[in-house]
Amino acid sequence: MTGLEFDVAHVLAGGLVLVSFMLLYQDRMYPLISVFALQAVVLSLSVAWQAFVQNAPHLFITASIALGFKAIVIPVALHRIVHRLGIHRMVEPVVGLGPTMLFGIGLVALSIGVMLPVTAQANSLAREDLAFSLAVILLGLLMMVSRHNAVSQVIGFMSLENGLILAASGAKGMPLVVEISVAFSILIAFIVIGIFLFRIRERFDTVDLQALQRFRGGQR
Amino acid sequence: MAIIADLLVQGGQMLLVLLLAPLLTGYLRKVRARLLRRRGPPLFQPYRDLLRLIRKEVVVADGASWLFRAAPYLIFAAIWVAASLVPTFAIDLIFSWSADLIAIVALLGSARFFLALAGLDVGTSFGGIGASREMMIAPLAEPAMIMIVFTLSLLARSTQLSFVVAFMSGPDVGLRISVALSLVALIMVALAENARMPVDNPATHLELTMVHEAMVLEYSGRHLAMIEFAASLKLLLYVSLISAIFLPWGMAVAGQGIEAYVIGLAVYLAKLVLAGFMLAVFETSIAKMRVFRVSEFLGTALMLGLLGTLLLFVSRNL
Amino acid sequence: MDLIAILALAAALLALGVLAILLTRLRVATPIVYGGSLVLTALALPLAIHHLLFAAGADEQVWLPLGLPWLGSHFHLDSLAAFFLIVVNLGAVAASLYALGYGRHEPAPGRVLPFYPAFLAGMNLVVVADDAFTFLLAWEFMSLSSWALVMARHREEGNARAGFVYLAMASFGTLALLLAFGLLAGSTGAYAFDQIRTSKHEALLASLAFALVILGAGSKAGLVPLHAWLPLAHPAAPSHVSALMSGVMTKVAVYGFVRIVLDLLGEPLWWWGMVVLALGGISSALGVLYALMEHDLKRLLAYHTVENIGIIFIGLGLALAFRSNALDLAAALALTAALFHVLNHSLFKSLLFFGSGAVLVATGQRDMERLGGLIHRMPYTAFAFLVGSTAISALPPLNGFVSEWLTFQSILVSPQLSQWALKFFVPAMAALLALAAALAAACFVKAFGVTFLGRPRTAEAAAAQEVDRFALGAMFGLSALCLLAGIFPGVVIDAISLVTQRLVGAQMPAQLGNAWLSIIPIAASRSSYNGLIVFAFIGLAVFASTYAIHRWASRAVRRSAAWDCGFPDPSPRTQYTAGSFAQPIRKEFGTLVFLARERVTMPLPGDSSPARLEVRMRDLIWEVFYEPIWGVVGFLADQLNKLQLLSIRKYLSLVFGVLVLILLVLALWQ
Repeated sequence: MTGLEFDVAHVLAGGLVLVSFMLLYQDRMYPLISVFALQAVVLSLSVAWQAFVQNAPHLFITASIALGFKAIVIPVALHRIVHRLGIHRMVEPVVGLGPTMLFGIGLVALSIGVMLPVTAQANSLAREDLAFSLAVILLGLLMMVSRHNAVSQVIGFMSLENGLILAASGAKGMPLVVEISVAFSILIAFIVIGIFLFRIRERFDTVDLQALQRFRGGQR
Repeated sequence: MAIIADLLVQGGQMLLVLLLAPLLTGYLRKVRARLLRRRGPPLFQPYRDLLRLIRKEVVVADGASWLFRAAPYLIFAAIWVAASLVPTFAIDLIFSWSADLIAIVALLGSARFFLALAGLDVGTSFGGIGASREMMIAPLAEPAMIMIVFTLSLLARSTQLSFVVAFMSGPDVGLRISVALSLVALIMVALAENARMPVDNPATHLELTMVHEAMVLEYSGRHLAMIEFAASLKLLLYVSLISAIFLPWGMAVAGQGIEAYVIGLAVYLAKLVLAGFMLAVFETSIAKMRVFRVSEFLGTALMLGLLGTLLLFVSRNL
Repeated sequence: MDLIAILALAAALLALGVLAILLTRLRVATPIVYGGSLVLTALALPLAIHHLLFAAGADEQVWLPLGLPWLGSHFHLDSLAAFFLIVVNLGAVAASLYALGYGRHEPAPGRVLPFYPAFLAGMNLVVVADDAFTFLLAWEFMSLSSWALVMARHREEGNARAGFVYLAMASFGTLALLLAFGLLAGSTGAYAFDQIRTSKHEALLASLAFALVILGAGSKAGLVPLHAWLPLAHPAAPSHVSALMSGVMTKVAVYGFVRIVLDLLGEPLWWWGMVVLALGGISSALGVLYALMEHDLKRLLAYHTVENIGIIFIGLGLALAFRSNALDLAAALALTAALFHVLNHSLFKSLLFFGSGAVLVATGQRDMERLGGLIHRMPYTAFAFLVGSTAISALPPLNGFVSEWLTFQSILVSPQLSQWALKFFVPAMAALLALAAALAAACFVKAFGVTFLGRPRTAEAAAAQEVDRFALGAMFGLSALCLLAGIFPGVVIDAISLVTQRLVGAQMPAQLGNAWLSIIPIAASRSSYNGLIVFAFIGLAVFASTYAIHRWASRAVRRSAAWDCGFPDPSPRTQYTAGSFAQPIRKEFGTLVFLARERVTMPLPGDSSPARLEVRMRDLIWEVFYEPIWGVVGFLADQLNKLQLLSIRKYLSLVFGVLVLILLVLALWQ
């Protein structure tokens, strides 16, 4: 475990946390989807580096699934859906942006403060991956909780799952990583299709942002 | 004997920043103009502007006090001292340990304090606008700056700039994301403090957009020359700071002899050219923000600084 | 020897107070009382300095058969007491000097003169008290005499309410301290500080005492949320008393905290440091935000005291945290930073209050929005106020920067702490501290700029006269001390190191031997600062630039109307006011902290009625903490009031019921 290997893994995992913050910061739909695609790309790079460092070639498959499915297919699909339904308006967080970001920083501190003492016996690469993946999971949850819009909630859920994949790849020797990631991807696909095909009509009839904007008046 | 040489080198640095500051400003204006397909003013125009200004008569408003006339000297002195303490071509100069990064930032705060007071002195509303907006931007930039200092001192175990530069050019740094985050945060703080785009437009004199220009609206003649000189010095200070910390290679260590100084000087000039070019490209590619969005901008810098510090706690050998 | 002399001086001050009662009718009473206080406290100062610098190891103890028969009064002079005696008496000397001139403007000197020397005596006695009874007696004496001074002009609007809130909070604080001492003394009744220091306290008891001391000493110092009395009471008192209350009495409260928590309680727990850090950080940020919204000059200064007390408690919290982790050298650094700030704040806060008192005497106004342009009418006062503003904004090369720099240096040592909560908490507090420091500079640009610069906004401001020599002497003396403490910080640090050696068992490396008199808190490879060189460099730069300009530049100056972009308006009402200066900051921070809401009502075009701008702000701490407690107390008082109106039979049955209850308890206890 040389310094350079740790450093690159640290950069990629830290970059994943940074992109999760960028997801929290977005307030428009199209850039939100693009940033999510960026998160998937960073994740696949991170998993690929883990595959290289741990000599675990099956992780390359996970990386390519992340790249192909989450960085290309899902964003394109979401893009199409957003365009067709015409919901490319501003996405407003429940609490203001400043407090949300500060709370996000607190969550990162919390996950580091929880994970590092607990994993004191493990090797440093696994420790930092676990700490950062908990941070990404919590930030994904924060994103789901702090948004009104259903699409951003789905993206929050997917970023949460990205955190799980980071954790799974970081723990060296975890079995069935590829199978788990394929299963997760199928689950995501079904959730996205399910929400958008079956439940979307009645959800957006009541949560349509265009309607809300008309009724809200000059608050913003 | 050695101490005389050291004093000469320190004095040389003080003179160097004085000479280079208007050149950097002129170079920036030239590159911006060229990027906008104009010919732009000559490279040495700022020198001519300063000479022209000091030869003009000063017009002082009726209600102005002694503070108005004394402030340009105080501002200039504080910024000049701060600029001479930032390593440019060599580190570990004889007086470089008398002020660390926190003290340098505080010296800039002193200059800003007196500039804001000078803005309020004449009793016009423009001075008030400039002073109040300047004092809104400063408290947002300070916490971000402290987080950057914290990150750097966690890494380098020092706040003394010579030691930070020595650490950053050594092998222990590695490839750390915290350093990248600190760099971005420092660039954002530098843009805000120097009143560059997207925080303030240095080329405009519209009252709705100006912060720095509003405070110095009543100044003329040699006073205005000193304040403009001080602003160029401040920009040079920040550019030197960023290049010293994040591009630390090629700098001489004090006492290494004249060849090392010359090489250090050449590398420093190259860094200035590069940094100036990138700043000009950045400025011509984005628009100015609303004044009240500056807080979001600096809040992002604070977030990046905080994140950089937090991520450092997870790094190796900590 | 020193201690006996100091006790004698305190007794002389008390006698002076009694003398003042007898002499009130005479005009010569004012100079006698203030002159006497000046002389007595000026005599106490070299005694304290002598003990701190030359006799630090040799503690002195005195026992007097006053007070409770089985306890007596213990007095003790050690390095910590000597340091705080210096702070107290330095402030007292300056205030007495100032009052020699200011006291002539007092409408009812009989209300102020007897209590002033008593106040000084009380503060001195708190610092040298060595057992709980003497400590609390002196503490209450100090509170009551300052309350009497606050109520001196009780007919002025708001002063009676200020006095009432002050009395209530002071009594609450003394109650908390009484309970704390009771817990520490235990069932044996060992009230002497020696006994408390040597007896072992279990963790729960010590934590409870710690919490009570925070309530007691913290409320007197002005920690949020116990600060509400401070901005009411400090401005209500006469200006020299305000300076003493803000600059010195709050430091006596800090002394109480340091003495009990760092000295008497023994080894601290790690979370004590975190609580103190949190309270300090919140106080510093909230104090300065409140100050920014104020128009009244004295209330602004009082809120700034809250901020600076927050900074001091950040240093103390760090000292506690380091001490609980056995990092004694870092604890010494943090404690040095806190104590240095104690000295600094007493210097520049007194200076600023003296300046505001001078403005009040010259113009009769405290509201900044009715002042302006005073730099032309009162140039010396303006200069002194400028030095004070620069010092409090922590700008080099003055003293405020040094203590802030030391605090930041101790924050930078915090990664050595082993508790993760502390490791993350301290950087957050560092960000708050930086925010508070920058906002303080903004606030003083506003205070100095709106009051002294610009053009006069009212006739009173245009007709102001410079104040008398005593006031100027006091202000310039304090300004000189601010500069000296900034340029020669090594002297102060070495003096404080004797105190930290006693309290945490370590001290910072000796500073006076460093090259060029710079200060090096930990190691030269870590960081260093040289105030003298920075000051010399700035002087050199000013000199060089002035010479160059006067040599090669035109020296012509012409006066004319202000340029103002070609539309000069002669009315002084077009200037920025205090409210407009603070508006961007109010929009940034005020919407969250004060729930500030702005509403503009513009008339339609053609309508000649004026537009209205309304700003609503709420003091959330008052609404969330104080009003509910007030309501509960009022409710209980109403209910209990019914006990006043019972018949004889009901009183007898009450007595009977309590008797039966006591007998029951006795029976069950067996």
